[in-house]
Amino acid sequence: MMTDPTIPVTEDELHAYVDDELPVERRSDVEAWLAAHPAEAERVESWRKMAEALHARYDAAANEPVPPRLDLDRLDRRPRRWIFGAVAASLVAFAIGGAVGWIAHGAASSPSLLQNLAGDALDAHRLYVVEVRHPVEVPGDEKAHLQQWLTRRCGRTVQAPELETTGLKLVGGRLLPGPTGPASFLMYESTSGERFTVYATKIGIDAAEMRYMAQGNTAALSWAERGVSYVVTGGSDRTRLTQVARLVYDQSERTGG
Amino acid sequence: MSAFRQSVEAMIPALRRYARALTRDVDAADDLVQDTLVRALRSERLFLGGDLRSWLYTILTNLNKNRRRSLARRPLFMPLQDDNPDASGTEAESRDIERALATLVEEQRAVLLLVVLEGMSYREVAEIQGVPIGTVMSRLARARAHVRAVIEGQRPALRSVK
Repeated sequence: MMTDPTIPVTEDELHAYVDDELPVERRSDVEAWLAAHPAEAERVESWRKMAEALHARYDAAANEPVPPRLDLDRLDRRPRRWIFGAVAASLVAFAIGGAVGWIAHGAASSPSLLQNLAGDALDAHRLYVVEVRHPVEVPGDEKAHLQQWLTRRCGRTVQAPELETTGLKLVGGRLLPGPTGPASFLMYESTSGERFTVYATKIGIDAAEMRYMAQGNTAALSWAERGVSYVVTGGSDRTRLTQVARLVYDQSERTGG
Repeated sequence: MSAFRQSVEAMIPALRRYARALTRDVDAADDLVQDTLVRALRSERLFLGGDLRSWLYTILTNLNKNRRRSLARRPLFMPLQDDNPDASGTEAESRDIERALATLVEEQRAVLLLVVLEGMSYREVAEIQGVPIGTVMSRLARARAHVRAVIEGQRPALRSVK
C-alpha cells in the first residue's frame, strides 16, 4: 500500500528507517521522499557510515578471548575479608566518633545540625554506593548479626527496615562516624542495581518535618524523631525517594532502625 | 552450570564490546563487566525470568553512571588530539569515531551504542534508561548530529542534557 508520499517525513522517521524500527508500510514512502531530498539522503547515509565505523572500531572487543578475571566461577568465590574490615572500621569509627562528638557537643542544638547530617549521609552514600564487591561490612544475609552489632555500637535498637515491597533488598550495613556518636548505615538494592541507603544516628533534637536535599544525581530526605535522626538517600527521582523514605519512616516509628 | 549462568556467560563478549565503547578504556571496561557479572550472580535468585540481556545492559549502564558520578569530582583529563596526517584511512576513521564518542553526553552515548552497536530496539533502550521512547529518540538524534559534526570537523553545538 502506498500512502501519500507528499506527507513530510519527520526526523524521528528517518532514524527509525535507518534502525529498522519503521512500520513496513511507511518504508517506501521514506525511500521516495529521500530520493527527492538529496541533502537528507546524504545525512541518512552518514548515519550508516557511523554505524559501520562503530562496528569496525569495537567489534574486535567482542571477538577477543574472555580474560580469566571474567570467569564466572572465579567471580563467584566470595571474599571473606569483611570480618577484619569490620573490626578495623569500628575502631576507627569509635575514635573519630568520640573526637567529633566532643568537638560538636556544644553545637547539638544548632538548627543546621540536621542539614550537616544529611550532607554527611549524602557523602557516605556517594562513597559506598559505587562499591560493587565491598559496599558493606556485614552482608544482608547475616541480618541478625548485623542488627545486633549495630544496636550494641550505636546504643539504640537498630532494625533494618523491610523495603521488599518497593523492590529493594538489603545489601548489608556498616558503622560510620556521626556528629554525636556512631551512625548505622544500611544499603538496599533493586535487581537493576538502583541503590538506596538509610543513615541513622542518635541526635539531641526532634524535627518531625522531612527535609529534602539534592546534589547532582543524588538526593536525600531527612528527619529526626525521639532523639534519632534518619537520612534516606537515593537517586534524584523524588517520588521514588519519598516512597522509600515513607516506608522507612513508618517502620522506624515502630521498631527503630 | 545452570541455564542462568550459561545465558550470562554467553553475553560476556557483547557486554565487553559495549563497555569498551562506553568507556573507551580497556581496563575500565573490563572492571565494569566484572562488576556487572558479580552483581548478576549475586542476584541470581532475584532474577525471575524476563529479558536477561536487557537486565545485564541495565546493570552495566547503571554501574557506569555511578562510576561517572564518583569521577565527576575529580579534574577531567582529556588526551590531546593526535592528528597524524599519515594515518591510514581506517585508522583515522576509527580514531575519529572514538574522539566523537568521547565528546558525547553520557546518556546520548549510551543510547547511540545500545541502538547502533548492540542492535537494541528503542523500547528496550527506553526500559534500560528508565525514560520514555520519545526521550530515547531525541537522545539518539542529538548523538548522531553531534558525532557527525565532530567527524566533519565542525564546531559541535553546545551540549544540552536531556
